Amino acid sequence: MLAQLQSVHKNYGAQPALIGVDLHVNAGEVVALLGPNGAGKSTAVALMLGLEVPDSGAAFLLEQSPHQLRARQQMGVMLQTAGIADQYKVSELIILTRSYYPQPMSIEACVALAGLAGLMARRYGQLSGGQQRRVQFALAICGAPKVLFLDEPTTGLDIEAREGLWKAIRNLTESGTGVLLTTHYLEEAEALAHRVAVLNQGKIVAQGSMSDIRALVSQKRISCKTTMPIASVRALAGVLSATRDEAATTVVFTEAPEHVLRQLFALDADLSELEVSRAGLAAAFLQLTQNNQQGAKS
Amino acid sequence: MNQSAEQSVPHSVLRSYLLEAKFEFLKLIRTPAFAVPALLFTPLFYLLFGVLIARGQGGEAARYLLWTYAVFGVAGNGLFSFGVTVALERDQGFLRYKRALPMPPGAYLCAKMLMASLFAVITICLLALLSASVGKVTMSPAQWLILFALNIVGVLPFCALGLWLGTLTSGQGAPAVVNLIYLPMAFLSGLMLPLSILPKFLQTLAPVWPSFHLSQIGLSVIGKHAGGNLWLHAAFLLIFTVIFSWLAIRRLARSN
Repeated sequence: MLAQLQSVHKNYGAQPALIGVDLHVNAGEVVALLGPNGAGKSTAVALMLGLEVPDSGAAFLLEQSPHQLRARQQMGVMLQTAGIADQYKVSELIILTRSYYPQPMSIEACVALAGLAGLMARRYGQLSGGQQRRVQFALAICGAPKVLFLDEPTTGLDIEAREGLWKAIRNLTESGTGVLLTTHYLEEAEALAHRVAVLNQGKIVAQGSMSDIRALVSQKRISCKTTMPIASVRALAGVLSATRDEAATTVVFTEAPEHVLRQLFALDADLSELEVSRAGLAAAFLQLTQNNQQGAKS
Repeated sequence: MNQSAEQSVPHSVLRSYLLEAKFEFLKLIRTPAFAVPALLFTPLFYLLFGVLIARGQGGEAARYLLWTYAVFGVAGNGLFSFGVTVALERDQGFLRYKRALPMPPGAYLCAKMLMASLFAVITICLLALLSASVGKVTMSPAQWLILFALNIVGVLPFCALGLWLGTLTSGQGAPAVVNLIYLPMAFLSGLMLPLSILPKFLQTLAPVWPSFHLSQIGLSVIGKHAGGNLWLHAAFLLIFTVIFSWLAIRRLARSN
């Protein structure tokens, strides 16, 4: 195991941030830590890096305490904010950060993976937000780490840059790097993750492979245009929820799509623009966190 | 781990220290708004108050004030390069990021200390040039050497105090807080004007300031100190440095 949290509890003052969290990252896999803002994702990363100390339980990095320099020399990190001063040149940042690692990646390989060609002589402050994020990614990988922590790495990136970064992450995992990724972009988890852990209000509410998580909520999403009043759609047997947007498209979530469709066709012969899809991770995720909140209340 | 990995570790640690210092230096000279005032403030004050206004006193005032302005200068270098930059970097999350990285412990502070010493060297060079040329100050080579050596080491207590202030204040508040301590300290320890013109009560309080002790050691070289034991002055500075470094490092280990 490259990184691990073992029944970790962490409070900030009286406010619990993590409640009995177990989490681990193996070699060659991407673990996505999903959850709404304030769920405790960044706290979990901070504990694995030794930036915070758990109130109880334990954090391990390469089977050692994350406070050990030798352990941290095998990890790379991209935090949500790096606070890097504008005056540094990109090349200087990479040279300096590489020097912390015993067996770093070559500068050329690092520049190619992070897509920084042509930016090396520029000052950090002259770069766009997306370019700065790519520099931070380069700094995370320049030490050729065994385990990589990426705290919302693609925030502020355009689609092209995001896909470039996804490709770089896949390259690294193929060569055995383990990655812990926090994100609130669900498609990012769907695109990259071998395993997903869903964190909500400091607790892991679901953990497993992507398909495990989807299977937990076996919903289908039906979207169509219909003249039926939305209240009647909601009243159909098997409908879990139904909404209608400004474009008059009705969206229905159900676990029995065939049954619901049969009723819809029977009641509205003019039904059009029909689309049936598996509910994305977004819907699964929403349901998981909502169930959890209802569970907590009852 | 194989042999080559083990051999490369000590090598890379030293290299990290050097690179850290080099890039800290480049960062500062690329910030003229910080570097230029930090380097010119004290020499300009000295030129005005130590040399031009005190011209009538046959170079004696310029010689006395050379030693106290050197302390004024290095105190500013230490307080600002630590107090303000650490507070800013803590605010911006850079310090937290550095703590996550496998940076050799001490490289960050060592780089800042070297920069404060370098600024101190430049400050004293400028003061020495002004005093020897415009101020007509003459001293023996040994006295010049002590002026440099004493104040370059003397920057350390102010680095420690600045570091501690940097861990307490926000990036925006730090310049004000540092000035609120720096300027009164300079007056109350007799750096700008002789202590004898201050009220008696304030004179007795002068020994609470590290700048008083550093200037007393320096003034003893030209026989102008108040007559205290030099070892006691040195001991005060050492203990002061240790206490504030300890307070600051304890806070840095906890804070974000």
